[in-house]
Amino acid sequence: MREVAVVSFAQSPSVRSEANRNEVEILLPVVREAVERSGIPRKEIGFTCSGSCDYLAGQPFAFVMALDAIGAWPPIRESHVEMDGAWALYEAWVRLQHGDVDSALVYAFGKSSLGDIHDVLALQLDPYYMSPLWPDTISLAALQARALLESSKYSERDMAQVAVRSRASAKSNPNAQLTGDFSLDSLLAAPYISSPLRKHDCPPISDGAVAVVLAAGDLARKVCAKPAWIRGIDHRIEPQALGVRDLTTSASSALAARKAGLGDRPVDVAELHAPFTHHELILRDAIGINGNTDINPSGGALAANPVMAAGLIRIGEAAQRIMKGDAKRTLAHATSGPCLQQNLVCVMEAA
Amino acid sequence: MSERVYGVKTPIRLDYTYTAGRARTAFLRGLEQKHIVGQRCPECKNVYVPPTGGCPICGVQTDERVEVASSGKVEKFCVVNLPFYGQQITPPYVCASIQLDGADTTLFHLIQEIPADEVTIGMRVEAVWRPDGEMEPSAETIQYFRPESKPGANGANA
Repeated sequence: MREVAVVSFAQSPSVRSEANRNEVEILLPVVREAVERSGIPRKEIGFTCSGSCDYLAGQPFAFVMALDAIGAWPPIRESHVEMDGAWALYEAWVRLQHGDVDSALVYAFGKSSLGDIHDVLALQLDPYYMSPLWPDTISLAALQARALLESSKYSERDMAQVAVRSRASAKSNPNAQLTGDFSLDSLLAAPYISSPLRKHDCPPISDGAVAVVLAAGDLARKVCAKPAWIRGIDHRIEPQALGVRDLTTSASSALAARKAGLGDRPVDVAELHAPFTHHELILRDAIGINGNTDINPSGGALAANPVMAAGLIRIGEAAQRIMKGDAKRTLAHATSGPCLQQNLVCVMEAA
Repeated sequence: MSERVYGVKTPIRLDYTYTAGRARTAFLRGLEQKHIVGQRCPECKNVYVPPTGGCPICGVQTDERVEVASSGKVEKFCVVNLPFYGQQITPPYVCASIQLDGADTTLFHLIQEIPADEVTIGMRVEAVWRPDGEMEPSAETIQYFRPESKPGANGANA
């Protein structure tokens, strides 16, 4: 396996609505910052891959327009996934294994504010039997949370605790959207949105963008003092129909973590893409994260959730801890689909 | 064997808010005032009309606004002969890529007030705007282009 590392990371501040900037205008400064920080001239980057979803903007081939933020001239090697940018990073990592190019730019963007995101995401379900019922994201997550609570593994208080910790951690993240100190009891006094979920159990609606630069071997060592080496990366998916899955656990996350080589050695930081509080509880158990790991020091998706970018941001945040010298071993997780259907795990280490 | 099912009806409707962004907002607000506003790239100096906010060649942010003429030349065109559902104009008619004076890219629009078989590449054309009371921040505020009345004339038609 060829050694590949994250060598730079940039993101836009997540906001409820980027009413004045289109996708290109949001991406431009983020891509420029990531490329400049990488120290690799833009025209020498060997591969570009992005993640986004046309349904967010409601226009076909929206991702092609985003190329105006990259400068695709002379013509570049490029690819796109209609998924969170974490999967674009996976493709870029595979591409770098070919050995003929040494660097890759990965970016993702999502303006969740343009439509009703909870209805838009209903269209990822079975188009004939599920989508026509318009099960919104929060209602589906509530089904899963109810199943988890009924399993007696966790309580609504445990869920609220995740929100309290996430928002408090997000205070040190200038790009987070939902931050601050909240008391457990005041959160639990709030009414249900979709029982058993309260507002604090759900992610904010966010617009945002992210860019990451990957480099292989000697190039990574040359351009970055402390590259975040990707020691393992794997993604797994479960069947689409919610009725055939055990929603109280995440078999795909467990398997992805094992295949990514998480093993028994601890990680200093875990950035889990958990848009809902109960997602984090499920993921911690499935992946096997112990008490000494700092979970979502960025505040996670409960503090900023630009759809299609939030997973790649997890990888960037986890890599950043290593690049800054604050951590030796980190884990990043990304999810896609309803109720944690698909999951990616990336394990990174300092040299 | 029971009769096969060939279709089910599952209507979908989603409403979206369009974000024009800074560059397109200036372009669309300009059209409302009979001005065509593009952007110049700080590196390659190309003037983009309509602008997206970035230079697709250099991958840099474009901030400088540049007004270009509402007349220019036909860079390429095609004649639409096929009728199709929802068609607004009776064929044959001409769709053209028009290079406005001062722009480095082309604007796509209709050419009218001339028989389709008389349109040529390089021909000078000018914008025909909607009546003053009907101006909107929309590409359709230019109704179409027509052969230029005064060759080289700049700005809005009388």
